[in-house]
Amino acid sequence: MTMNTNILHITNGSRVSVAQIPVLDYEAFRATALELMGDKARHCVTYFAYPCADALRLIMCIADDAAHDILVFACDVEKGATLASAAADCLALERYEREIHENWGLEFEGHPWYKPVRDFMPNKYKFFEMEGEELHEVGVGPVHAGVIEPGHFRFICNGEDVLHLEIQLGWQHRGVEQLMLEKKRLIERVLLAEGVAGDTSVSHSTAFATVWESLCGFQPSQEVLWARTLAAELERMANHTGDLGAICGDVAYQLGAAVYGRLRTPIVNFSQRWCGNRLGKGNVRPAYAPYAFTEALKQQLLGDLAAYERDFLEMSDKIQHFPSVLSRLDRTGIVKTEQAESIGAVGMAAKCAGVCRDTRASHPYALYEDLNVEPVVKSSGDVLARTELRIDEIKQSLAIVRLLLDNMPSFDGQMRSAGTPAADSFAIALTEGWRGEICHCAVTGADGELVAYKIKDPSFHNWMALALAVRGNEISDFPICNKSFNLSYCGHDL
Amino acid sequence: MFKSLKIFLHQGKQFIPDIRTAKAPGVFRGRPVISTDKVDEQALADVCPSGAIGTSPVTIDLGKCLFCGECERCFPGKVHFTDDTHLATNVRERLIIREGEDKPIEVDKTAIRPEIRKIFSGSLKLRQVSAGGDGSCEAELNATGNVQFDASRFGIEFAASPRHADGVLVTGPISANMAKALELTYEACPEPRIVVLDGTDAISGGIFADSPDLDRSFLDTHTVDLYIPGNPAHPLTVINGLLDLTRD
Repeated sequence: MTMNTNILHITNGSRVSVAQIPVLDYEAFRATALELMGDKARHCVTYFAYPCADALRLIMCIADDAAHDILVFACDVEKGATLASAAADCLALERYEREIHENWGLEFEGHPWYKPVRDFMPNKYKFFEMEGEELHEVGVGPVHAGVIEPGHFRFICNGEDVLHLEIQLGWQHRGVEQLMLEKKRLIERVLLAEGVAGDTSVSHSTAFATVWESLCGFQPSQEVLWARTLAAELERMANHTGDLGAICGDVAYQLGAAVYGRLRTPIVNFSQRWCGNRLGKGNVRPAYAPYAFTEALKQQLLGDLAAYERDFLEMSDKIQHFPSVLSRLDRTGIVKTEQAESIGAVGMAAKCAGVCRDTRASHPYALYEDLNVEPVVKSSGDVLARTELRIDEIKQSLAIVRLLLDNMPSFDGQMRSAGTPAADSFAIALTEGWRGEICHCAVTGADGELVAYKIKDPSFHNWMALALAVRGNEISDFPICNKSFNLSYCGHDL
Repeated sequence: MFKSLKIFLHQGKQFIPDIRTAKAPGVFRGRPVISTDKVDEQALADVCPSGAIGTSPVTIDLGKCLFCGECERCFPGKVHFTDDTHLATNVRERLIIREGEDKPIEVDKTAIRPEIRKIFSGSLKLRQVSAGGDGSCEAELNATGNVQFDASRFGIEFAASPRHADGVLVTGPISANMAKALELTYEACPEPRIVVLDGTDAISGGIFADSPDLDRSFLDTHTVDLYIPGNPAHPLTVINGLLDLTRD
């Protein structure tokens, strides 16, 4: 199509001048978005607005997993404008439009479900309702029974069966993106990026560091990329292990809960030995690797992994052949392939429904280009798939970590600066957190200062997958469905 | 059956025998000590992302410190984070570390409400409220209940309902959207009830302190019984803090 010639193609982690981004009129912008999204190899990784002169500029980035590039195009619209909703024809864009509406006041006519993303007020918004004598509603949260973040879940049930689940988030909103612009010192911004989602601090701070280095035109050295790759895989292993424990806990299988629960400890403790923090905070900084990886650390990790692997494999073999556990996981909370595609699911939620979306393979960064990660894909879309995917990904991460350790670079531990960001530039970075695709995007103004910073956690897409997964299930299976996704509230709420 | 027993046996002894004296493995950024070396104090203060460092004399406020280690990296002779995990106290001022000082952070027993030790010394059930945090404190609180840290051996557990709780433990900088839910949860706890702030975000707002999206008015009207610093607070810091508050 001729339309596509007008679009900028860039690769993950690159920087371009803002002037290079084609600015279309809204009709062409919308048509281009819909046309590009018609190809299953593509999905929207970010779509946001920021003030530009007297207008608002919309920027959309669509990743093409087959061509391994990202398509970027823009549109300038007047403040307060009413636009034809693209989500009306492409559901995957619906939350982006709601977010732009909420943050910038643009109206999207024909949007399928104009509900608040984060800015809800009691009495201002009316939850979805169904009428019928047999039906009842169950409201849960924002404060939940466990030690977990807040969110409000409203179920409409017929007896025990869930007909509909509506999820209202926003309780954790603390203004991360706004503070990213207001706080001018790099260390402040690094700390903000680490705090987007504390259980994914490595992958979020890697996305931030990549964007920052790219804006500054700085190429980090091999050992910096090595350390980020290693830290990301350890983060994946730790979280997947903890989740397996929690899944066992939710089906009242105490042995699994205890064993996986304690197996998370050596991984997070290793992170502490390396960087002084069990969750990897402090381990990723723009331009340099703050904590040298030594021979002693390597030997420690190899020993930890050997002990971990023995007990992990034994436990995993047990649950994968244990009927009373399997019967609770099998065919519970199914997300179908068409559903995952239509809502633009990413990461685990997509991969378990047969949709192969893994940034490490499709848009490789750090050392993933050389590692040739083959994403684990499952087709059944149920809790069992999301359990087995974690087991398989842990095995894969074990192999990656050992391969990295075989090729350990030397570290000097020197502090370095990436320099200063270039003026009027745009940069984007995708990373694959353990939940899925993370996207950070930045735009600088004429003085090189940030004028826009956009963060997208995979949970932004995947909360809708949870809402769809519980339909037709017993409400008593909600905890196990929820745990099998283990989505981030803070990463969504920002 | 035999397989389960085998798995059970393979775990060995996982629990930490003495939580009170246990050390965190490897490097741990715990209670800092500040030497009396002369440095450019303003430059040192400017390194801190959360305004935790004060000048003349040089101080670090652990209620604001994010334990990022940037000050130690830039001024290695001046600031050193020790591996001391005992950071919790009931007196806010005790979280401020002064240069030249190297003494443990302790709970002030005279400032503890008498009913706390009378009623909660053998059993403490808390309702955790997450209010704008990043989920890391929650991860560490969950770890306090695993087979290694095993806080339940002390009767310390998290309750599902505030009706069953002896107070609230707050994580996060307290987002405006959670302010009312926090108040309601606290009100739902039967008296006497305590308030614990877990993590630097909860104590001061941390890196989010200036955000207009916070509403920390809960702290204007309620007395805090324990401050547990950290980013996130280590399970040993949490458990020892709660033990220091409730028993000798």
